[in-house]
Amino acid sequence: MKTYRLRFVIVAILGLALGLTAVPALAQDGVVSDDAVNAVAKDIYCPVCENTPLDVCPTQACADWRDLIRTQLSEGKSPQEVREYFAQIYGDGVLANPPRRGLSLIVLWILPVVLLLVGVLLFSRYLSDLRAQTASAPRAVTVMTASAPTAVAKSDPAARDDYVARVEQELQKG
Amino acid sequence: MQETVPTTQAPPAEPSARRSLRWTTLAMWAGLLALLALTGWGLLRTTAERPAAGQPAPTFEMQFYDGYGWEGRPLADLADMHGQIVVLNFWASWCVECRLEADMLENSWRKYRDQGVVFLGIAHVDTEPKSLAYLSEFNITYPNAPDLGTAVSRKYEITGVPETFIIDRTGTIAHVQIGPISERALHGIIDGLLGQGG
Repeated sequence: MKTYRLRFVIVAILGLALGLTAVPALAQDGVVSDDAVNAVAKDIYCPVCENTPLDVCPTQACADWRDLIRTQLSEGKSPQEVREYFAQIYGDGVLANPPRRGLSLIVLWILPVVLLLVGVLLFSRYLSDLRAQTASAPRAVTVMTASAPTAVAKSDPAARDDYVARVEQELQKG
Repeated sequence: MQETVPTTQAPPAEPSARRSLRWTTLAMWAGLLALLALTGWGLLRTTAERPAAGQPAPTFEMQFYDGYGWEGRPLADLADMHGQIVVLNFWASWCVECRLEADMLENSWRKYRDQGVVFLGIAHVDTEPKSLAYLSEFNITYPNAPDLGTAVSRKYEITGVPETFIIDRTGTIAHVQIGPISERALHGIIDGLLGQGG
């Protein structure tokens, strides 16, 4: 008897859970709730006023579009199917997240990746060239001029002696 | 003190390394140019100007509402109407000003339909049930189609509704009306085009 009661409770809980999750958009009387409409509407933008999501747009055009969303949800369409309908009828531009196709696919997805790869490639080439140059360069004074005594002083002794000798010569002349 | 001490410089980089660097630099510039070209093209598309009077009317395809086809056809292209005067009117059921000219447009269509004049209504970002209700409310009988994907309004770069483009028999735009058009103005333009045979 206890087993039957337990089974009944489990079935009842499962049934309740399924009932709650299967048709979240529909209220008890089959009417689509405002929350369900707005959940779809927030992903669609106003057709006549720029950068305004449909769920907060006050124009009549947006109200009509929200009515259409409600109608389509009540007909059993999923939120994704409703979004696809709007994209098909009014263009991808009305979607908050346009599908990855056409120009948006190239500009938003392919091009940044390509540019990033080119950048990485260039930087790695540059680093390897720099490393090759450093390895092949002699350990010597790179630039020695009369206006750079500090560089000379830090360089090899022969050059320093030559520099000091020249300075002394100049002093004697003066 | 201006004398320069002989300079010791690093030997030039390996030729192959230089060559590869040159190719990658070229590739980088090519990529940047491609990006700039793409961006420029996109900007041109978004900032294109509305076709003006005297310019060829951009052609487009229409998929008419049921019962609102042209010569019994559910599909047509503007190019199919070459040789006729076309009154292309953008409207929407939510547009208050469109209602001001709706009756007049229908009456004008009935007046000129047998004189080689076609009236075309394009419902701009409107929902089909509302559009059909609007057409029914004003007893509109001339061909009407939705602006699918806003393709037509983008070609004509409209900034709102109503807007009316009057196209002559050669497919050239004769007049652009932003906002509602008056009966007097519309009839004057049509009569003028009919009179000149253009």
